[in-house]
Amino acid sequence: MVEALLKVDDLQAWYGESHILHGVGFEIGHGELVTLLGRNGAGKTTTLKSVMGIVEKRTGSVTFEGRQLVGHPSNEIARLGIAYCPEERGIFSSLNVEENLLLPPVVKPGGMSLAEIYQLFPNLEERKRSQGTKLSGGEQQMLAIGRILRTGAPLLLLDEPTEGLAPVIVQRIGEIIRQLKSRGFTILLVEQNFHFAATVADRHYVMEDGRVIDMIASADVQQNIGKLQTYLGV
Amino acid sequence: MFELLGIPPQALFGQLLLGLINGAFYAMLSLGLAVIFGMLNVINFTHGAQYMMGAFAAWLMLTQLDIPFWAALVLSPLIVGLFGIVLEKVMLKRIYHLDHLYGFLLTFGLALIIEGLFQWKWGSSGAPYPSPIPGGTNLGFMFLPTYRGFVVVAALVICLATWYGIERTKFGAYLRAATENPTLVRAFGINVPRLITLTYGLGVGLAALAGVLAAPIQQVSALMGVNLVLVVFAVVVIGGMGSIMGSIVTGFGLGLVEGLTKVFYPPASNTVIFVVMALVLLIKPAGLFGQTK
Amino acid sequence: MTTQRTVTLVLLAAALVAPWFAYPVFLMTALCFALFACAFNLLLGYVGLMSFGHAMFFGMAGYFYGHVVKAWNMPPELGLLAGVAGAAALGLVTGALAIRRQGIYFAMITLAFAQMVYFFCVQAPFTHGEDGLQGIPRKALLGGLIPTKDDRVLYYVVLAIFLFGYAAIYRFIHSPFGQVLKAIRDNEQRAVSLGYEADRYKLLAFVLSAALAGLAGATKAMVLQFATLTDVSAAMSGEVVLMALVGGLGTIIGPVVGAFIIITMQNYLAAAGEFVLVIQGVIFVVIVMAFRKGLVGELADWWKSRRRAG
Ligand SMILES: Nc1ncnc2c1ncn2[C@@H]1O[C@H](COP(=O)(O)OP(=O)(O)OP(=O)(O)O)[C@@H](O)[C@H]1O
Ligand SMILES: [Mg+2]
Repeated sequence: MVEALLKVDDLQAWYGESHILHGVGFEIGHGELVTLLGRNGAGKTTTLKSVMGIVEKRTGSVTFEGRQLVGHPSNEIARLGIAYCPEERGIFSSLNVEENLLLPPVVKPGGMSLAEIYQLFPNLEERKRSQGTKLSGGEQQMLAIGRILRTGAPLLLLDEPTEGLAPVIVQRIGEIIRQLKSRGFTILLVEQNFHFAATVADRHYVMEDGRVIDMIASADVQQNIGKLQTYLGV
Repeated sequence: MFELLGIPPQALFGQLLLGLINGAFYAMLSLGLAVIFGMLNVINFTHGAQYMMGAFAAWLMLTQLDIPFWAALVLSPLIVGLFGIVLEKVMLKRIYHLDHLYGFLLTFGLALIIEGLFQWKWGSSGAPYPSPIPGGTNLGFMFLPTYRGFVVVAALVICLATWYGIERTKFGAYLRAATENPTLVRAFGINVPRLITLTYGLGVGLAALAGVLAAPIQQVSALMGVNLVLVVFAVVVIGGMGSIMGSIVTGFGLGLVEGLTKVFYPPASNTVIFVVMALVLLIKPAGLFGQTK
Repeated sequence: MTTQRTVTLVLLAAALVAPWFAYPVFLMTALCFALFACAFNLLLGYVGLMSFGHAMFFGMAGYFYGHVVKAWNMPPELGLLAGVAGAAALGLVTGALAIRRQGIYFAMITLAFAQMVYFFCVQAPFTHGEDGLQGIPRKALLGGLIPTKDDRVLYYVVLAIFLFGYAAIYRFIHSPFGQVLKAIRDNEQRAVSLGYEADRYKLLAFVLSAALAGLAGATKAMVLQFATLTDVSAAMSGEVVLMALVGGLGTIIGPVVGAFIIITMQNYLAAAGEFVLVIQGVIFVVIVMAFRKGLVGELADWWKSRRRAG
């Protein structure tokens, strides 16, 4: 691995007075697909939000393409080329599907065109005039992923894109994520569904109580399966 | 000539026109209130004072600087809107995280200050503003002063343009999205704090624009917005703040209801909007176009 | 709490000797506003409902008092009763409608109803419109037992009325009923799921608050012998909010302190004309921006932190 695209070091974060992250560290190289695994409440979402600057009270270091992100507001961080797909999907009910897709501004050249996105998600094109929140759960997830592909951001932060979805759709999302990787996107994926994560990722970081406690490469997963099961409590 | 229920048509249509004009102001003001509330979570009690400032700015421009009405129609909302932007940056911004009540109290205090200062400097008796389009047309059933006709049309155009801007443009999509989930919109790279400031400036500018339009019809006075803002609150409760089109329809509709009341039962014309509010609260508490409780 | 008891006793003693040190009419007016502010604060501080239309109860009760005592030539006790009952009835009607909405809408709705009452008062014959109801006779109380021509005697009557109202609020807040209200204020959904009919409780508190505001308004009409549009105006509704805010929302003594401060200020600034409004506006802004707990709240905090330090 050459220079990491995203490098997180001793990241601490707070919600008001409660101290949630206690020194998170990991890194992602260009074009890699890395997951954050961990039980409920381990701090995965908080890590993404702290990278993104949505959680503002944070210390430590987060560098993206060598630039320090800690201390900057989320709108500036997004403009540097990081796109975020939240756990709760965040589809806007007062916007129709196409407006939802077109909402995030283009921050760098080289993003996908609307036509390409519709090609990837044909359902969305059929329903482009529907209210965003009228879509099914799976379609909403596709919309949430689709709308950050236009921006040209090279790094995607995806928070549990398979949560609560039927197996067929999980499979479809897995295919899409692999396609995105082959298109050159760098992806940080938060997952609880380890079996899903194992099929797409290069490496896995395991989080517990606001810390990264282990790193396992995909190739070593089989040897470490027992350890992983203890970590994730499955 | 024909008569309607014993009411001469001149009086009936005259009052309907007046009602339509009042309705135009209700619509423009409640639109601004709703947009501001959506983004800032603040009920802008200063709205009436800012409407007054719009009228005053136009009057001062005319009497002190010889700037004509048509230029004031553009300049005055800009100036008052800028003033709003300063207020937002200096004060409102610091209280968004608090209960709605504090925004209400703060803007109430600001209204007292602004109106008190204007009253102190220029007194509370009104000053006339000459009509920019004198004359009128006899339509047979009524006499239509040209300027009043213009105000109704202009207000309608302004309201529809606002609706278009919010419901059909990219900027409007940002506004709607940020009203729902400002954090996420910001995480997409939009400078939401600036969007909020701008929204307040626009809402205030809209109030000032209404004030300029009102200047040639009403007397320009420090207290011209005091009662108006209270009626507009009732309009907002009746319409609900969820829908832009709802605000427009409710505003014009209530103006007409008021005009009709003036024809058929004048003593109730001041209070009829509040009676309608009571009825709406009884029948559809969320407001005619409201979704949230 | 011994400090609290000491403070109460000192205040009570001060209230008893006050008319020898200050102008009794001023004191009586201030007491009426203090009761008015306490009534308002009962709703905001303990139920979490901000009424921006409380002047309708205060002002209307003044008119009721005046009409009963002057036009119907009845004893003042009946006037006070009419004021309280009238305000309570008005509170029942407006409250039942207003509590159908929450939060800031509640404030706007009460404000709108108060404006409706104001417009009604401008036109209704018995209020005498712009002139107001003037020259309400001061009659002896309790069938002639208590003469009221002397301001100092009347002062003690007003003090007694104030203490009665204050005690009623105190009892109410500390009753089981008051506890339910606090639970509703803090978490309405939870209170509802525990089986409390939140709206009933809120309405009852609203009516009680309106009745006490009415008592304050009727007493003021008895003291000053007139009732005017000023007391039903939106400005008056704003003023009582200001009093409670200056003193400290949600503290039981705060509104009393706030009322005395604002009334004193108005006395000294009477000559300043429009500037009184500007100054009131400035106070609103300063308090919201910097001292949201009000005087009593901030003092209590300061006292606590000093104790902890010392
Ligand atoms: N807004 C908040 N305020 C306070 N504490 C919070 C907030 N959001 C999350 N937490 C706490 O922070 C901790 C980490 O939460 P986080 O959402 O990051 O976990 P997670 O790993 O994403 O869990 P999940 O798998 O359930 O999504 C939890 O203990 C949670 O209770
Ligand atoms: Mg999570």
